[in-house]
Amino acid sequence: MPNTKRNTFLFASLFIGLLLLFFINISLGSVTIPFKQVFNSLTGGEVSKQAWEYIIINYRLPKALTAILTGMGLATSGLLMQTLFRNPLAGPDVLGLSSGASLGVAFVILGAGFLPAFLSDVVLSSYGIVLASTLGSFVVLLLVLLVSQRLRDTIAILIVGLMFGSFTSAFVGILTYFSTAEQLQKFTFWSLGSLGNLSWPSIGILSVCVGLGLLMSVFSIKPLNALLLGENYARSMGMNFQKTRLVIILATSILAGSITAFVGPIAFIGIAVPHIAKLLFQTSNHVILYWSTLLLGAAIMLFCDVISQMPGGDVTLPINAITSIIGAPVVIWLLVRKRKMMN
Amino acid sequence: MTKTVLHTDNLSIGYTSKAGKTVIAKNLNLTLAEGKLIALIGANGIGKSTLLRTITGIQKPLEGNVFLNDKKTTGYEPLELAQNLSVVLTDKLPPSNLTVFELVALGRQPYTNWIGTLSENDIEKIREAINLTHINHLSDKKHYEISDGQLQNVLVARALAQDTPLIILDEPTTHLDLVHKVALFKLLKKLTHETGKCILFSTHDVDLAIQLSDEMIVMTSEKTVQNDPCTLISEGTFNTLFEDEHIFFDAEKGKFIIR
Repeated sequence: MPNTKRNTFLFASLFIGLLLLFFINISLGSVTIPFKQVFNSLTGGEVSKQAWEYIIINYRLPKALTAILTGMGLATSGLLMQTLFRNPLAGPDVLGLSSGASLGVAFVILGAGFLPAFLSDVVLSSYGIVLASTLGSFVVLLLVLLVSQRLRDTIAILIVGLMFGSFTSAFVGILTYFSTAEQLQKFTFWSLGSLGNLSWPSIGILSVCVGLGLLMSVFSIKPLNALLLGENYARSMGMNFQKTRLVIILATSILAGSITAFVGPIAFIGIAVPHIAKLLFQTSNHVILYWSTLLLGAAIMLFCDVISQMPGGDVTLPINAITSIIGAPVVIWLLVRKRKMMN
Repeated sequence: MTKTVLHTDNLSIGYTSKAGKTVIAKNLNLTLAEGKLIALIGANGIGKSTLLRTITGIQKPLEGNVFLNDKKTTGYEPLELAQNLSVVLTDKLPPSNLTVFELVALGRQPYTNWIGTLSENDIEKIREAINLTHINHLSDKKHYEISDGQLQNVLVARALAQDTPLIILDEPTTHLDLVHKVALFKLLKKLTHETGKCILFSTHDVDLAIQLSDEMIVMTSEKTVQNDPCTLISEGTFNTLFEDEHIFFDAEKGKFIIR
């Protein structure tokens, strides 16, 4: 293959870029911590100020790790969906997965009041929210898939995804109408999206979920390549379509669901990152796309988080706003470019 | 005596729906033998696609059986079937960045490991398929950069790389001009004779099929017959092909004439 050298170079630069962004992300914020101190703190060396060490271990490091997990997970789920639906515009937010997850979380946060006290404690735990959110996105994805089987038209699938999105948000609206101010506040904060505020145990749960989703995706690489020729060819090459589709759907639901549960709905990472990877590496081979999407997703998420911190300033912008500001133009640009690759 | 790759035994094809069974054709006893190029012809809507779908195992037979290497197709695991039967479909390829080489290489999927790594043997088979179909100069091009005729050759190469004794093509010559139609037919003919594979294809180019195929399967609403083109002409089978008084088959010229 003639592209091997180029790919090695790209992967190396991506990896170095990711490491660099990781350190920059930890070093910047309302308090700027020098690079060397960040490095020392992470490698267990001496840090000149106690406060710095505290900030890094309890705030910056969890946030950076959450950004990496979120970026990797959402970008991968976008890649899986784009290939499964044969649709370059598919992504967890576009197909209504994030809204499905929101509905699940809304049920738990806003509906917990209707349950007896001991039960509401159970469902309001991190596990309960993750489960509800994953279930929500799974149900929406199943519905979109059911409809897409009948429609086969790529634009129609996107519209169906949007419809499910507005349906679920209407439902969430009704739920909020019946809930207390306290519940409402909790849900509103969640829906704004935030990479911070995750405790170490929560990061543990998120890592397990994302790890599971990514592992399932690795085993889907070969069938995903077969799907590049369409469902019928894939079957003719010995692929078990039912099984593959189930694994892909489960993986995307776990990824999008668990991430949405912990950091709220994050827009555009899922749809934009796989495209950037495809453009950079000029390939459709999922062995390469998988790893490049993973690295790029993490790097871009870290980058968005750096911007949202407004280095030197005291305010933190909502992360969802930043990903949209960066992601939306990418998608528009993709549509305008619209080579044969798009259609 | 050449070896039989696939045969059907009193096969009935059609659809089952809530209203009951719709039989499209019945009592089909077809034999596909090694090294033969076999054309499947018939008017639109007569059931060519249904027959191909049934033979390839996408659709279940209403009655009777399809035997591939003397084993029922319904008894095959998907992977095992993929190692014995490859297809070229009319499906439009979804948008992707696949190069011609990568597209042909996908034909090796039934043989590769869990992540699809190509072994030396796989690369060898891919090169062989690319050489046989004369698409060497295209291998680094993206699949959307080449012409329809070239893409058809690439899809044939993919089926070849799958290394199966039987290849089935659904209307491979549609959208091609005469030059490319002839070129594709000749390529298929060459492949059957050089590799000993059996190739079955459906087509509407009856006159070309008469000249270039070893055997033909003619589907009409009355019956389905299989024989070599000369016998079919002398039996007057082609006159029953279209139920239209204006179309008439000229046995001497070997083509259809409009009156």
